[in-house]
Formats: sequence, C-alpha cells, structure tokens
Amino acid sequence: MTSQTSPLLNAKIPEGDIRQKWDNHRFQMKLVNPANKRKYRIIVVGSGLAGSAAAASLGELGYDVDCFCFQDSPRRAHSIAAQGGINAAKNYANDGDSVWRLFYDTVKGGDYRAREANVYRLAQVSLNIIDQAVAQGVPFAREYSGYVDNRSFGGTQVSRTFYAAGQTGQQLLLGAYQALAKNIHSGKVKMYPRTEMLDLVVVDGQARGIVTRDLTTGAISSHAADAVCLATGGYGNVFFLSTNAKGCNVTATWRAHKRGALFANPCYTQIHPTCIPVSGDYQSKLTLMSESLRNDGRIWVPTQKGDPRAATQIPEGERDYYLERRYPAFGNLVPRDIASRAAKERCDEGFGVGPGGLGVYLDFADSIKRLGESAIKERYGNLFEMYERITGENPYQTPMRIYPAVHYTMGGLWVDYNLMSNLEGLHVLGEANFSDHGANRLGASALMQGLADGYFIIPYTIGQYLAGTKLKPVATDHAAFKDAEREVKARMNRLVEVKGNTSPDVFHRELGKLIWDHCGMARNKAGLAEALEKIPKLRERFWREVFVPQSGDVLNQTLEKAGRVADFLEFGELMCRDAWTRDESCGGHFREEYQDDEGETKRNDDEFEHVAAWEFKGVNETPVLHKEPLTYEYVKKAVRSYK
Amino acid sequence: MKNIDLTLHVWRQENPKDTGRFDQIEAKGISTHASFLEMLDVVNDRLLAQGKRPIAFDHDCREGICGSCGVMINGEAHGPVRGTTACQLHMREFDTRGIKELWIEPWRAKAFPVIQDLVVDRSAFDRIIQAGGYISVKTGQAPDANAVPVRKDDADQAFQAATCIGCGACVASCPNGSAALFVGAKITHLGLLPQGQTERASRVLNMVTKMDDESFGACTSHGECEATCPKGIKLDVIARMNGDYRRSVAAGG
Ligand SMILES: Cc1cc2nc3c(=O)[nH]c(=O)nc-3n(C[C@H](O)[C@H](O)[C@H](O)COP(=O)(O)OP(=O)(O)OC[C@H]3O[C@@H](n4cnc5c(N)ncnc54)[C@H](O)[C@@H]3O)c2cc1C
Ligand code: SF4
Ligand code: FES
Repeated sequence: MTSQTSPLLNAKIPEGDIRQKWDNHRFQMKLVNPANKRKYRIIVVGSGLAGSAAAASLGELGYDVDCFCFQDSPRRAHSIAAQGGINAAKNYANDGDSVWRLFYDTVKGGDYRAREANVYRLAQVSLNIIDQAVAQGVPFAREYSGYVDNRSFGGTQVSRTFYAAGQTGQQLLLGAYQALAKNIHSGKVKMYPRTEMLDLVVVDGQARGIVTRDLTTGAISSHAADAVCLATGGYGNVFFLSTNAKGCNVTATWRAHKRGALFANPCYTQIHPTCIPVSGDYQSKLTLMSESLRNDGRIWVPTQKGDPRAATQIPEGERDYYLERRYPAFGNLVPRDIASRAAKERCDEGFGVGPGGLGVYLDFADSIKRLGESAIKERYGNLFEMYERITGENPYQTPMRIYPAVHYTMGGLWVDYNLMSNLEGLHVLGEANFSDHGANRLGASALMQGLADGYFIIPYTIGQYLAGTKLKPVATDHAAFKDAEREVKARMNRLVEVKGNTSPDVFHRELGKLIWDHCGMARNKAGLAEALEKIPKLRERFWREVFVPQSGDVLNQTLEKAGRVADFLEFGELMCRDAWTRDESCGGHFREEYQDDEGETKRNDDEFEHVAAWEFKGVNETPVLHKEPLTYEYVKKAVRSYK
Repeated sequence: MKNIDLTLHVWRQENPKDTGRFDQIEAKGISTHASFLEMLDVVNDRLLAQGKRPIAFDHDCREGICGSCGVMINGEAHGPVRGTTACQLHMREFDTRGIKELWIEPWRAKAFPVIQDLVVDRSAFDRIIQAGGYISVKTGQAPDANAVPVRKDDADQAFQAATCIGCGACVASCPNGSAALFVGAKITHLGLLPQGQTERASRVLNMVTKMDDESFGACTSHGECEATCPKGIKLDVIARMNGDYRRSVAAGG
C-alpha cells in the first residue's frame, strides 16, 4: 500500500474568517439564471431527510429533479426511525448556547477529526432548519406558553435539542416528504419508489447518471442527468445486527466508489450505548432506546459479579453507577462512544446483567419518585411501551436492560466543502458522506446534518457547479450507460446462476459477527489482520454457495438482498483495512493498543490528524490511501475529557 | 422464553395477474421471543434451504414506525394485539392466546392491488398526500420558529394525528376499503396548526377528491379502522375532515 498527501483531495474551503466563510462563499458563487434552471436535470438518490429536503428544494428552485428510493414510498426512508431529537443553536433556553458553542462541541465530540469549516457552517444553518420545519407544520413539543420546548441530549450541557416526543425523525421526515410531495404534484420532481440504484455512470470524468432496477418488474434502466446527488444513508448494516432499518445498505455509495469516488474514514462507526440487548439467533435487528432516556435514567451494574438478585432487590449501597463514578462532571450524559465502552468494560469484567451478562441497567426509579410516573410517561411513553412490547418487562417497575449496538456511520464518501466528491458532479449528502462528525457524532446531530445538507447547502453549491461547468449533452444511449447496464445485468445473472443452497442472510450474519468481533467497539491490530484474512474467504464462499431462487425479471427480494450482501462483503474489508491502518484511538475508533491508564482513547495527532480517503483498485486488490490533512485554527485541541 | 410449533396458511401469489392461493407451511420450533416478522425470516431461510421461493413481504424499520409492514393475521390487520404493527408483534402473544394456526394474507382493498404474496401497492396514499397534504412553504421562506406560538393542546393533538405511519391497516380492515382515517389524520394534523390555515379549505377538497378518484370506498362509520390502527388514530379525525369539507364546499370550494 502506498500513501500520499493527495492532490485529489482539495477540500475547497473558502478563504477568510470561519464566521464569514459560508456567507462570502455564497456571495462569490456563480448563479444559474432562473430561466435556465429547468434545462438542468438533477438526480437525487434517496428520500430520507437529506434526499427529500434536497429534491424538494431543488424542485422549488426550478430544476428538473428525478428522485429514487427503494421503499414503496419516500416517506418510509430510515430517517423516519430517529427518536430523540435535532440540535440547533437557537439558545431558546437562554442557557449559554450559541453557534460557536455548537460548533465547538461538535468538533470536540468528534475527537478533533472533523473539518472545522464544515462544522461551523452546520452550526450556522441549524437555526434555519428549525424555522423551516415549524413552518411546514412539524409538531415539535411545546411548553404551555405555546413556544417550542428544548431538552438536553447526550454529551452536551445546554438544552438545544428540539423534539417531537420520541418520534422526531418521523415528524421531520414527514415535513420533508410533504414538501417533496408538493413538488411531485407540480411536476418538478419525478419520484421513482421501489427503485434501486445499482451503478453510477461517469462520462468524461463527470457523474452523468445512474442505472437502476425497478424492484417490482425487475426492469433495468438508465437515467441521465447533469449532476447526481447520493443521499443513501449509512452502512451500519455491515454488522448485520444494528439499529438501522433492514434495507439500509452500502450499495449506492459502494458502486460509486468502484467508479472512482473515494471512501473516507470507513472505520468510524458509532456504537450507541442504549439498545435492547440481543436475545436469540433468530434476531433480525437491534432496537434503540433513545439517548434522551439518559437525561432521567441512571445507569448501573451490581457491585457483586453475577449478583443473582432481581434489580429492584439490590440495595443502593451495592450498585455501581459507573458513569457517575468515572465522569462526575457529565455523569450519565457522557458522549456515546464513552458510554458504550464503559458498558463493555463492566460487562467484560463480569458485572453485566441478564442473559450472557451482556447488559447494564438503565433505571428510572429515582426520576419517577422525583417527577411522578405521568411526567416520565409524557417524556418517554412510546419508548417505554416499545421496550415492554419487545422484552415483555415493564420499565416503570423494573430497570431497563440495555447494551451498546451499532447505530451510525461517520465514514462515507469523501466530499469537499461543496459536498462534491472527487468525482466531478457527484454530490453526497446526509449520512452517506463523511463530512461533519469526525470520529464520533453527538446525539441529535445527524438529523441536523441531513437537513442542513438538503435544504440549505446543496441548493447553493450545486448551482455553482452547474453554472461553472461545461457539460456536454449526454443521453442514455451513450456507451457508458450501455456498458453499465450490461455490467449490472451480468452481476445479477451471476448471483442467480450460483444456485447454491445458502440464504444470503446466512453470509450476512457471518460477516456481521466477524466485523463486530474485530472491528466493533474495540479493535486491535491482530484481530483486524485476522478479519482481513477471513473476509475474502467468506466472500469467495458466498459466490460459490449463495442461493437466489427465480430470475431478475420479477419482484425478487432474495436477489435484492444478495446484491447488497455482496457489496457488504467487499466493503467490510475496506472498513477493517482503514481501522488496521489508523494506529491510534479516536472517538468511536478504539484501538486497544492506544489507551491511557484509565482506558480512555489516545489520539496520535502527529501521524493521524487526517481524513483517510481510499481509492478502489479492484476486488482483491489493495486500495490506495489518500490523506487530507486537518488543521485546527479556531478550536483548541485538548484531550477530550468529560470528567 | 420457549419454542412453539405453528401451522401457517400463507397467501402465495406470483404476480398481480395470478389468482393466488393459500399454501400450508409448518413453522416448528419458533421462539416466543421472536417477532412475527422474525418468524417469517426463519420460515424463509428454511424455504430457501429447500430450494423454494421465500414469502415476499414488505418491511424495513421493524420498530413500528416506517409503516412498511402489514398483513392480515387470522382476519385482523397487524394481528391480535391492539396498537401494534406486525413487526412489533411478538410470538409470545400467540402462545398466551393459545393460537397455533395462522392465516396470513395481504391487505385486501381495491385501491391496494397485490404485487406478490403479501406485498401490495399502496402508492394511492402518496398520491392523496401529493394532492394537498402539505403546507406550502419554500425552503428559506420561514419566519423564526417562535414567531407564532401554538397552544400546547393544539400542538399535542396535531402531533397525535401526525403519528399516522401510512401503513394502510385502516383501509384493509374497513368493509368499504375507505381511507377516511388516513386522510382525516393528515387534515387534522395540518388543520390544527396556525401554519396550516391558509390552505385549509383547498387542502380538504383536493385530498378528498383524490381519495374518491383512487377507488377507496366511502366511510359508513363502522369504526374498524380505529380498532386496528397501530398508532391509535381516533375516529374524530374523520369528523374533523367532514366538517372541514362541508365548510369548504359551503364556502364555494
Ligand atoms: C434508531 C435510530 C434512531 C436515531 N435517532 C436519531 C436522533 O434522535 N437524532 C439524530 O440526529 N439522528 C438520529 N439517528 C440517525 C439519523 O436518523 C440518520 O443518520 C439519518 O436519518 C440519515 O438520513 P439520510 O437522509 O442520510 O439517510 P436515510 O434516511 O437512511 O435515507 C436513505 C435513503 O436512500 C435510499 N436508498 C438507499 N440505498 C439506495 C439505493 N441503492 N437505491 C435507491 N435508493 C437507495 C433509501 O430508500 C432512503 O430513501 C438515528 C438513527 C437510528 C438508526
Ligand atoms: S390511520 Fe392508522 S391504520 Fe391508517 S394508515 Fe395511519 S397508522 Fe395505519
Ligand atoms: S417494518 Fe416499519 S412499521 Fe413494521
């Protein structure tokens, strides 16, 4: 493997003071003449917060937009499942928040591995997002005064999180979906539901379209455009078990990667501390219990290993509130990566509770005593119900049992300040890009980023791209489309023709376990080397033994699954390679060799203060690493401390 | 936790034109802790191992929020537990009710044609929203979020109505195949907010007209929809819709 500080990676960060960069940049942009906008066609793949917001906003501006999603309706994108809330530096609580503080918290929370300029802009536009959502009719929680309510959320000491009970993602997505629906009605956006993007088409170095499969009829078709936006979400399902929806995948970004887009920081994944523990081998996904629960719940384990008593029978003196003990300043509200590792540490030491000792208690007894059951019900009612439905236990009476689970992926396709990848014309939004969260994302910041990208950034930067770029007319009869279609069909046929005897899920589970064991909450060089050896073998077995019934000409859910698993089997290797190469610990990337005496992450700024962006060189070939150095002019770096 | 044996009768239909039939499948050794969809996963893995086509069904979040899943189980939309989607229904519920035989069918409604097995086409719902289920505000036009206070009661009620997940259970359980609960929920959500007033009259006309065009039946107040709605949407949203509709028509549309 060679490594270089790459000329490919020009982040195009505007000059000037960080507070003025975005304003100056917008002023200096070339604009597309309003009458010309309808002559440009833009493809948006994805209809989550990032995709819906982008497609609706671009349609309103007058562009011709084609929007795609694999669900039967754009309203069902995975963003719908976000529970806890969305951050914005409104300072409605008058408790000391500001754009500067949100910026600072986000860079620190990301363990100094995010780009300052991007994060500052994110904090700036956070203000507009809330206004936009309220105007659309998003029913945020309100106080009796009629004004919007805020709460504090994991890892921050100010109340800057806006929420709609435990269904914030649902309400924000419905707002964006409805804006999208309006534009579909007016004909500015054409929506393609139940349609999966299977390849990116690049002509003369520019992204000019995609190849898709209609999931109902199996038809493969080409779509040409002047620019392509991928808003296809995160790759957390590489672990098989995660809190992501079942359809979440890496296919769109991975296939773009194979066409030349660099993949940045794939090893940065977030393990969420509060999820319902695994219960059996039939299990298909893990369920998140919103982080907001940590505002009123206290986390503990018994001081005695394997204590056989029921939680409620264990006296106060025999409980270890380990987060409050280790991090007195932040207590139960430490950032996710820290809370997750602390739970793992207690369980590894044998103090865990529940089946297999893989669980810790999240206890509401004190809050219920202090605030009353009805106040707790108002805040978390739907989460408590969900917990009871899944586990059959009543959390008003006995503490919840929780354990960390894969939740979010900070890594993604590399983009510059304009959200454009190294491939000209390919823009990447939302969780699919790598841009704003560094090595760890703060709670309630993904919704903020998705909507910032879609509503307030891409509408400007894509205009600049179109106004400043020579685009030859390209239609779907171009050879590049025909080639891509042929390759897509060939790959599908290969999957059908294996005719083995094993379901794609079986391979997916096996891959997930490998990645969880070696590239999960804690990683080390030897384990990663082992994974790097095993994944190609598993991939080979997949291509020998997988079974896909029927053909590609009908609705074929096994074929869809097999295609996605095949991509995860390639991507997982890159993820492990990235983790293996990054010889330091930072944020969610915890390399066991690099920790201090108290088990906290030890960064190595001298060697690793960079974005690691990988270039594809072929399956079974070693990818090439490109580095984008990071600099911190405004935030004072420190050892991240929450003590 | 224990394992149970079940006999399934599953609707199998190759494509929209196929007439379809029930297939009997033995589902042995299913954990009571598994969800209903996880039970189908297990059955599907076994079908695949026998070289057979697995049962097609829609699903995604498996947390009761995306609205993708939904089937009739023994004649009830989303199965026997109130306020619960099929993905959140756990097998222990059948065990405690002594149910050993399950008849599993897709939503049956003229407006929701079957695509394959348990998968139906619910795009009519999207078209109703496109006809007017929104507040028109372009990106960038919004005033400060706190410029207009909203009474907490109204905000809470609007939120309740807005929790509809668009699953279609209301339509499937209605003897007339009416979409009144779904449409009423959106009319109520937006109509209760100050931001939603400007388009209130046109919204209800456009959405109701679209609903009628999409071969949904009329509402004759059976109330089956309310009983099966996994999100507890109440019949009064239909009353609100009818009220808004009458006022709008009276005012000349
Ligand atoms: C359970 C849970 C709770 C969360 N809670 C919070 C929270 O409280 N606050 C917060 O800030 N964040 C939260 N997050 C994170 C946040 O929800 C996500 O990061 C965010 O919603 C991602 O939005 P997105 O628009 O980037 O992608 P998504 O919403 O994942 O949308 C992806 C879209 O791409 C489409 N797509 C994907 N692949 C293809 C393809 N190949 N072809 C065609 N279409 C494709 C899909 O159909 C979909 O429309 C939570 C995440 C989970 C899992
Ligand atoms: S009203 Fe209830 S049953 Fe009908 S679509 Fe909405 S959530 Fe489903
Ligand atoms: S799968 Fe999302 S509601 Fe059931």
